[in-house]
Amino acid sequence: MSTQPSPHALPLPDADVEARRAPRILRQHAALFYPALMLGMFFVVPFGIMLAVSFFHRVEGAFFEPAFELANYARFVSPFFGKALVFSLWISGLAAVVVTCVAFPFTYFLTRMRRGSQVRYLVFILAVLSLSEVIIGFSWSTLLSRTAGVSNLLYFVGLLPQPVAWTPSFGALLLGLCYLGFSYAVLVLYPALSRLDPELPEASRMLGASPLRTFFTIVVPVLRNSIVSALIMVFVFNLGAFLLPQVLGRPEHWTLSVLITDQAVFQSNIPFAAAMAIFLMLVCLALVALTLMFGQQRRAAP
Amino acid sequence: MTHPGRNVFMALVVLFLVAPLIVVAGVSLNAERQLLFPPQGLSLAWYVELFLQPDWLNAVKNSLIIAIFSAALAVSIAFPLAYFLWRHRVWYAKALFALGLAPFMLPPVITALGFLVFWVSTGFYGQMIATLISHAIFFVTLPLVTISLGFESIDRQLIEASQVMGADDRTVFRTVLLPLVRPYLISGYAFAFVLSLNEYIVAYMVAGFTVETLPIKIFNSLRYGYTPVMASVAVMFVLVAIVVFGLIARFGDLPKLLGAWSERET
Repeated sequence: MSTQPSPHALPLPDADVEARRAPRILRQHAALFYPALMLGMFFVVPFGIMLAVSFFHRVEGAFFEPAFELANYARFVSPFFGKALVFSLWISGLAAVVVTCVAFPFTYFLTRMRRGSQVRYLVFILAVLSLSEVIIGFSWSTLLSRTAGVSNLLYFVGLLPQPVAWTPSFGALLLGLCYLGFSYAVLVLYPALSRLDPELPEASRMLGASPLRTFFTIVVPVLRNSIVSALIMVFVFNLGAFLLPQVLGRPEHWTLSVLITDQAVFQSNIPFAAAMAIFLMLVCLALVALTLMFGQQRRAAP
Repeated sequence: MTHPGRNVFMALVVLFLVAPLIVVAGVSLNAERQLLFPPQGLSLAWYVELFLQPDWLNAVKNSLIIAIFSAALAVSIAFPLAYFLWRHRVWYAKALFALGLAPFMLPPVITALGFLVFWVSTGFYGQMIATLISHAIFFVTLPLVTISLGFESIDRQLIEASQVMGADDRTVFRTVLLPLVRPYLISGYAFAFVLSLNEYIVAYMVAGFTVETLPIKIFNSLRYGYTPVMASVAVMFVLVAIVVFGLIARFGDLPKLLGAWSERET
């Protein structure tokens, strides 16, 4: 995107002439006013207020009052929140690794299919992607429950002595997070994989490499940067899951996102919730910046 | 070339993705007011109940109003921005574009809390308009990406040709640009619509106790007493998503919309 030579590289042939006419260009900016106003007013301003509120003083019974104190930030420097943060990073990271390891070959096979089958798969993946955490949590808690789940079926065919409840547990939460992140990972990987030059694996096959060897020595290294991007994006996405830990996990599995919501909605301590959110955002921004750096390197490399 | 290993792998992944949906569909057909699988007896009572019980019907209504208008608002923000960026690649338009992508780059909890604080400060906390505008901003990324793709895919020679034939800017916009971008515009709307319908955390934080949407209603029933109605809602959601995305695939180029090169270019 940044390869345009001049700031006014207009696509229309006579546009350069137009661009020099000042009133004209001012009027053309009108198209930008409304989106800028909406995004500024309803996205930038809320973040600004949230940043300010994170330093405010909490008022019992009301929401908050202006102040400047670091108490909200100091408060989560405690073993309880430290543990929650470490656990959030650990389970989100683990789920991101599992998801990427499965989604990468899945997407690779998907992009090698005929167009018709690809479209059917994509519709399905999009449908799964659009499911909210509520429905995913509800579905998995049903699937892993004692009365209506898989264990019930296994008991039915005689593989289990009695039906068991597999939720809430760490495994259930991990499964749920993997489910949440999977379709997302596929869509992040899809563009890069479908643009992979098909001659590359073909050449490798022609030179006698097995499909497995081709996959690991050609496809994976070529797309290393996309894999890293997918990993980080799924990680950030999972970090935001706040409902699955409540439905599929035990209280000790509550992530930072759960605690933020809990503080904001049930404890009515918005300043503290804001401080945690700002902190979580900084962690995420650092990770996104890392992703972008990988992208830059890729562009500089060839 | 057939690969048994590959097919088994794909089948396992699909099974993993479908399994919970099958169980939920089964539960929704229970004759008894219990969550049982395999279902005991078959009945569609829980689907009927969704549209008969006033509290569920109210949630359906809220969700639909919010989804319909917030998706339209999102498109109305995304379209001029995408158009402007396509015509003038200036830094501030690019910055605004990046801002529009931000909601998808951050954990939703953070954006949701930002909205909560904003609506509390402006006094609209707990009102439907707050949920509606929040959703529009939250999902602006989707129409922004699809409409930008639409503009990028326009063959510039078409515009030149129409200008040579004497069309002015407005005519070009109305008769050439708009028809070419329309499929991308519609897909952008559809994406935002379906995701708004399913969205939980923003709706919950902004007006969870007063404006009950379907996902909020499901979560509340999940906490305070199970009913198979929630299963039937989940099934409806999956069906709506499949129908909408199926329609996009039918009338548009889904792989291209998701970032693959089109057939023509490969």
